[in-house]
Amino acid sequence: MLEIENLTVEIEGREILHDLSLNVMTGYTTVLFGPNGSGKSTLLMTIMGFSGYKVKSGRILLNGEDITHLPVNERAKRGIGMMMQRPPNLTGVRLKDLVRVTSKGNVDTEKVAEELDMARFLERDVNVGFSGGEIKRSEILQLTAQDPCLILLDEPESGVDMVSIEKLGVKVHDLLTGPTHCAGWREKSGKAALIITHTGQILDYVEADRGYVMCNGTVACSGNPRELLAEIRKMGYQECIRCKINQANLIKENIVSEG
Amino acid sequence: MVSNEEKRARDALKKEAKFGEDIDLDAYHEGRRDIAEVESMEDLPEDTRTTMLDSGITPSGKGRSGNFLLMDNSVVHSAIMGEGVELMPLRQALKVHDWLKDYVWKAVQPDTDKYTAETYLQKADGYFIRALPGAKVKMPVQTCLLLKNRNTKQYVHNVLIAEEGSEFEVVTGCATTKGVEKGLHLGISEFFMKKNSKLTFTMVHNWSEFIGVRPRTSVIMDEGTTYINNYVALKPVKTIQTYPTAHMNGPNGVCRFNTVAVAHPGGVLDLGSRAILNAPGCKAELISRTITTGGTVIARGQLIGNSPGIKAHLECKGLILSDKGVQIAIPELEARVPDVEMTHEAAVGKIAQDQVEYLMSRGLTEEEAVGMIVRGFLDVGIRGIPDHLKAEIEKTLKETDVRGS
Ligand SMILES: Nc1ncnc2c1ncn2[C@@H]1O[C@H](COP(=O)(O)OP(=O)(O)O)[C@@H](O)[C@H]1O
Ligand SMILES: [Mg+2]
Repeated sequence: MLEIENLTVEIEGREILHDLSLNVMTGYTTVLFGPNGSGKSTLLMTIMGFSGYKVKSGRILLNGEDITHLPVNERAKRGIGMMMQRPPNLTGVRLKDLVRVTSKGNVDTEKVAEELDMARFLERDVNVGFSGGEIKRSEILQLTAQDPCLILLDEPESGVDMVSIEKLGVKVHDLLTGPTHCAGWREKSGKAALIITHTGQILDYVEADRGYVMCNGTVACSGNPRELLAEIRKMGYQECIRCKINQANLIKENIVSEG
Repeated sequence: MVSNEEKRARDALKKEAKFGEDIDLDAYHEGRRDIAEVESMEDLPEDTRTTMLDSGITPSGKGRSGNFLLMDNSVVHSAIMGEGVELMPLRQALKVHDWLKDYVWKAVQPDTDKYTAETYLQKADGYFIRALPGAKVKMPVQTCLLLKNRNTKQYVHNVLIAEEGSEFEVVTGCATTKGVEKGLHLGISEFFMKKNSKLTFTMVHNWSEFIGVRPRTSVIMDEGTTYINNYVALKPVKTIQTYPTAHMNGPNGVCRFNTVAVAHPGGVLDLGSRAILNAPGCKAELISRTITTGGTVIARGQLIGNSPGIKAHLECKGLILSDKGVQIAIPELEARVPDVEMTHEAAVGKIAQDQVEYLMSRGLTEEEAVGMIVRGFLDVGIRGIPDHLKAEIEKTLKETDVRGS
């Protein structure tokens, strides 16, 4: 499982995540809500280990191992795989070649591409001229080829049209429920996932177990994902923030009264 | 009697070229002109045949319309297998075709610089290729220019004529045989394309660390012609300076130059391509993809628009894979009439870290990720290359050390 302990992260000298803690249990799908700019993507990018996301304090533990400072590919090797919100263009690199290398021959990528209606994209350069929805489908294809055990998805449904979302949702479901193959992960416990969703649409396709709401670079609250979503839909994120402020005040009061 | 042309050439013997390090021509022996002919290229020693294969040349001649092999300054093999095309040594062709004298030294001037001057005065031999009127030559003609002995200077003079309505393909492999570390190659190429002809010309340079190379190429294009030039130089070389130029003199001509090159430590590649669009409706595209693993690349490109209604694009992109490497991109656009569409795009820099990490997040090591991105970068430049050459070039690309130093 993944444990984030008191993580503080800077981008270009500016603190974006503040003392953030959360857990993603093996076999559980966890969703991350939060308004734009609250730091959701930053958290996922930091877990994957991209440069530019500087951990100032705190730790990231994967199955008990401290991976806070491991290179990106070492994290991939340990079973983490990610769908980025805005992956870069790889001019000259064909999607076909990338998924072939990624799958190491273990996955029938042509079949998966067919199922995602992406077969004709295999000859194209990765992400070059792809629409928002095409990027998402290409990322799911790549992830299926990679077959990770901890799956990080950054807004998998955004930009995807109504027809494609069905196909995408099914593939995300397959990805989350397939057998685990990663070293150090218990086969029978299944995979773990941390999914950022803005609209909550993806919850129609995956069985989510736990939800977190992020605000201003830290976790505001957590709970049953469907209940959280219902509340956010009804009252917006303002309510979460207010609730967080109230909590903080409560803690302060406690400290004051204790002192 | 000394002709005016000859006098001009003599006067130019010390004339330095506009670009590129000046090479001392006296530091090399003249290449032999008496190397024995070979019956078949398959009779050549194995390492020579391997060198040829690496340069896109098939020693068996299978799938080719013609074979031509120059070693140092001797034509050792010239054979025609297909139909619709003529191929022979230029010196012989000048005897066969009286009219040919109206073509030689008309596209390239003998007094351009010391290299053209010396090649002129040496009455260099080379290939003469002519596609007959209307001929659609199915298989490519292959020509191979080999430096066989150390310290040699090789002079080459090629003339190619695409007669009206002809379509064909030429592959040229230039290389050194094993053990020839030092040498000089001077090559004049004059191409004449008649109305509605079509030519794909691919040149693979496969030299070695201490070789100097000074090709001088001009293509004269008539109405409705299509010229595609592919140039590939992936192996180490000391110095190359070249600036092939298409003179698009007839309306609705199309030309495309694709350049793919790697500058290894100690090497200087000064690679240009130029299209002069002199007639309405002409289109030109100059694409270059270069990387340095420690050497210097100067990627030049020039588009000159002299006629309304033309369209041209120039693109130089360079990757720097080593702290010692240098990339210089010099794109030039020159419009002499208002109604033209000319654009350029130039970019040099190191490989993008976000791209490397994206691939690493899929499990590739850093080295694998860099290799994949670099190959992709160069691949854009070789997409126009004929399929039968692609496998060979991709193989060389895989073997090319792109880790930098
Ligand atoms: N590369 C970056 N450079 C500078 N600031 C960034 C960068 N990436 C994110 N940020 C900032 O970090 C904050 C959190 O962004 P992000 O993690 O993308 O939020 P979310 O995904 O929740 O919308 C924002 O204020 C954003 O502007
Ligand atoms: Mg985001």
